[in-house]
Amino acid sequence: MDDLPEKKKKRKSKQSSSPSSSGLSRRDFLKITGASAAVPLVAGAAAIAIEPDAAAVQGPGKVPVTLNINGRSYNAQLEPRVTLLDALRDHFELTGAKRVCDRGTCGACTVLLGGKPVYACSILAIDSQSKPITTVEGLGHPGQLHPVQQAFVDNDAQQCGFCTPGFVVACKAFLDQHPDPTLEQIKHGLSGNYCRCGTYAGIRAAVMQAAKAGKGA
Amino acid sequence: MPDENTNYSWPEAQKRSLIGKRISRVDGPDKVSGKAKYTYDLHAPGMLYGKVVRSPYAHCKVVSVDTSAAESMPGVKAVHVIQGPGSEINWAGDDIVVIAAVDEQTASDALRAVKVEYQPLPHYVDDFTEPQNVPEGNGPLEIRDLVGMFTNQAPDPQIIQAIQQRGVTFKVSDNMIDQMRQNKISEDVIKALQSAQVKEPQPSTSPFKKESEQIRGEPDDAFKQSEVISEGIYGCPVITHCCMESHGSMSEWTDNDHLFARVSTQNLSGLAGQFAQALKIPAANVHVHQDHVGGGFGSKFQIDRWGVYTAQVSKKAGGKPVHYMLERDAELEVAGCRPSAFARVKVGAKKDGTLLAWESHSWGTGGPGGGGAPPMPYVMNIPNQRKQHVAISTNIGPARAWRAPNHPQGCLITFGALDDLAARLNMDPLDLVLKNIELAAPPNDQFHRADTYREELRIAADLMGWKEKWHPRGQGAGPVKSGVGLAIHTWGGRGHESNCQLTIHPDSSVDIKMGSQDLGTGTRTCILIVAADSLGLTMDQIQLSIGDSTYPMDGGSGGSTTIGGVSASTRRASVDALTALFAKVAPALQAQPGDLEAVSGTIRVKSDPSRKISWKEACAKLGTQPIQVLGKNPGPGDIISSGVGGAIMADVSVDVETGVVKMNKMVCVQDCGLIINMKTAESQCYGALIMGIASTLYEEKVMDPTTGRMLNPTMDFYRLAGIGDIPELVVQMMTGKGYDERGPIGLGEPPTVGPAAAISNAVANAIGVRVPFLPITPDRVLAALNQGGSHASV
Repeated sequence: MDDLPEKKKKRKSKQSSSPSSSGLSRRDFLKITGASAAVPLVAGAAAIAIEPDAAAVQGPGKVPVTLNINGRSYNAQLEPRVTLLDALRDHFELTGAKRVCDRGTCGACTVLLGGKPVYACSILAIDSQSKPITTVEGLGHPGQLHPVQQAFVDNDAQQCGFCTPGFVVACKAFLDQHPDPTLEQIKHGLSGNYCRCGTYAGIRAAVMQAAKAGKGA
Repeated sequence: MPDENTNYSWPEAQKRSLIGKRISRVDGPDKVSGKAKYTYDLHAPGMLYGKVVRSPYAHCKVVSVDTSAAESMPGVKAVHVIQGPGSEINWAGDDIVVIAAVDEQTASDALRAVKVEYQPLPHYVDDFTEPQNVPEGNGPLEIRDLVGMFTNQAPDPQIIQAIQQRGVTFKVSDNMIDQMRQNKISEDVIKALQSAQVKEPQPSTSPFKKESEQIRGEPDDAFKQSEVISEGIYGCPVITHCCMESHGSMSEWTDNDHLFARVSTQNLSGLAGQFAQALKIPAANVHVHQDHVGGGFGSKFQIDRWGVYTAQVSKKAGGKPVHYMLERDAELEVAGCRPSAFARVKVGAKKDGTLLAWESHSWGTGGPGGGGAPPMPYVMNIPNQRKQHVAISTNIGPARAWRAPNHPQGCLITFGALDDLAARLNMDPLDLVLKNIELAAPPNDQFHRADTYREELRIAADLMGWKEKWHPRGQGAGPVKSGVGLAIHTWGGRGHESNCQLTIHPDSSVDIKMGSQDLGTGTRTCILIVAADSLGLTMDQIQLSIGDSTYPMDGGSGGSTTIGGVSASTRRASVDALTALFAKVAPALQAQPGDLEAVSGTIRVKSDPSRKISWKEACAKLGTQPIQVLGKNPGPGDIISSGVGGAIMADVSVDVETGVVKMNKMVCVQDCGLIINMKTAESQCYGALIMGIASTLYEEKVMDPTTGRMLNPTMDFYRLAGIGDIPELVVQMMTGKGYDERGPIGLGEPPTVGPAAAISNAVANAIGVRVPFLPITPDRVLAALNQGGSHASV
């Protein structure tokens, strides 16, 4: 596995660039889009001229990772393929975010990254280092619950509770954007989370209560 | 001390401080904050991660397994072959090799280094096509054939003739004879069995097994007398449990022959024996623990193959803890399966709607075992019946119990057929059901079930606005049609065996230990409500511990048996403990123990409440010895019962141009005896309606006939209901006189039964034709409209 960069170079030397109509080879296009999502393709020649191999290669072995979670700094040596979810759960004992579908469908792993809800199963830990992360543990704890958490308790918006932390975080993010939501907005805005026990009636009531309590506090 | 005069009965309504109120679940704050630890969340020093090689074939033989490359990989600590060369595999995704490694990534890499050679064998996964030309069984009788005949109350001469002509595949044990005598099987039949020829079971290459025909009354005559006969076809596919927390465990060996297993289970007290049997160690050497479980729904009663091999690979790794939770695709492929049921049904009635005759030819699968027929006609015990079921053995994976096993299927088929009959009679189906409601009374009915259904249907109709919304089928202008449908359902739900150890300490603290589990139904909260109400305390004055095999044994949470079990044992423990405490404090109050009561944190004289001492002072009189009692269920006093009824109504809109079904409203009216916690009781009903919407409109375990594999083992393609799919839901619990005095009865299953039938009927009312099979997807709606009748097929 250590010879991966070498393999890459060999492949590169074998392939002959076949310029496309835009003057950009398919390989270079892939390299650019793969190297950094931040590079806008519309930027023109300057962006296209990026030397592909300048992109930092991480791994395949463990690399140092620093994450800012719930206002604290966490450090670990992680393989680049480790997801944010697995880093939280297996390395930092933050097991509130759950692994359920493990492919960005069910929302049980929802955390806030830079204040926005993300599926932690579908983002790499190494890509999560630049923004502050908030997990359900960072919202509140028994004895000092966040208004959304309290509303979930009051309205019995939970049964087995396995989807609940993800739902709580998703609701918090939703209320940040929709402090005074309508039922239709709730149906649309929280459609990224699934519950098997069927607690949606309670969740709807909880969102309404939390909205009333704090206008999305 | 308690004696035969001890009164365990539930307090009168006006004396209940907590029972029946709306109380937030006590573990809610832990769950909403991520503090609650599930089996999936566990970590331990030196913990290894399990990963499993699974069969890619639905039916095959394992030819060879080479694990050498995986074993030599750095970080791999143990490799265990679960099903080695020669093993026959009967479903895709079955477990072949388990690897334990230092982290999940290493374990995943090692999986790919395992080489398994399989010899594929023919598979069969089609449960949908109606079996044709199935020969009558004439091989030797298996136990299930015999049980079938007993259940059908076949005449003795017929049973004896079958035994003598066909022989049997089993030797009749004394135990079986005892059981038959208990069930009042005639001595002639027992004698015939004892002298029957024991033969080898006849191997069959057919996946179909026809069960003996069941006849009640005179169906042929009754159909002749019927003025209207309705025929139709109905059914629902295999669906999968899809627990949010997948199955799995963390096991470690605390020494060479002592296992500590932490399992995601709904049957905590039942697991030590299962581990012991599988691992050949004494059950006393097995410690099982669980704090929270992320859903079970009937699928988590066994340790399962993975429970065993997780323990085995731990042993190979020197006893280190090994954590293995099923991956989502495995969870959907092998850890959940509700049997399918399809049926061709004929119902006969008089013009006034009086039901006369039922005939059904049903088929379905519950995996390799085939599976039995659902109860039909469901609830409505039509006097003349002819029923025939064909069980289909398939390679779809093993069946598991699902909330109210077989009832939703039977309810869908029955109430679908009755709804179609009502349409033929030009009757409102509510009127048809009410006209025949006496048929819904169970045998030995103590509680006037027909009256309960009448009352529930009346309330549900009011809450739904049924009379305003119902219309003859398929009327309405424009492309979006609305309709309403209904069903009624039943369940037993008598409390299971339960033991509650309750201790009152001299310092006034109280603790309870029970080997039960809380599936999210609110069991913890309900135990504390019963104890606190009985002891005159607040819930936070009592410490409750559940979920450990060192606590007194409690039943598995299945069949809606938990609430009756734990509330009865807790009530008895509380009353017994109070009786003992009263004996200690009576002299100080210059009263007889029997004259005392515990109310609001005091012990006081019933006739003169001013003569009282505080709970703390009362406990101080215990000196140094606590009071410790074990309350049991079953036990003295008739404080629980069984048998409930419920009614479901659904209101839908269907776009006949796109085929999309949209839920508008659902109503659930449910009886469950004495309600312990109104809040969590209602949650059970809301959840049941929502689960019903999912199974009716979205869920299906789709099998590929070519590969024999499940095509949708992910949550993006195995679709659950989302919050946007849920309409207005109205839940009304029946309480008060006629209900409360029956004591608590289970609620987890009953409201899950009716929703599919009610929604399916609402769709038929909206669009004018029956969509015969679930899930009612847009393509099926359009196909039914195109074919214009209930015989539409997909």
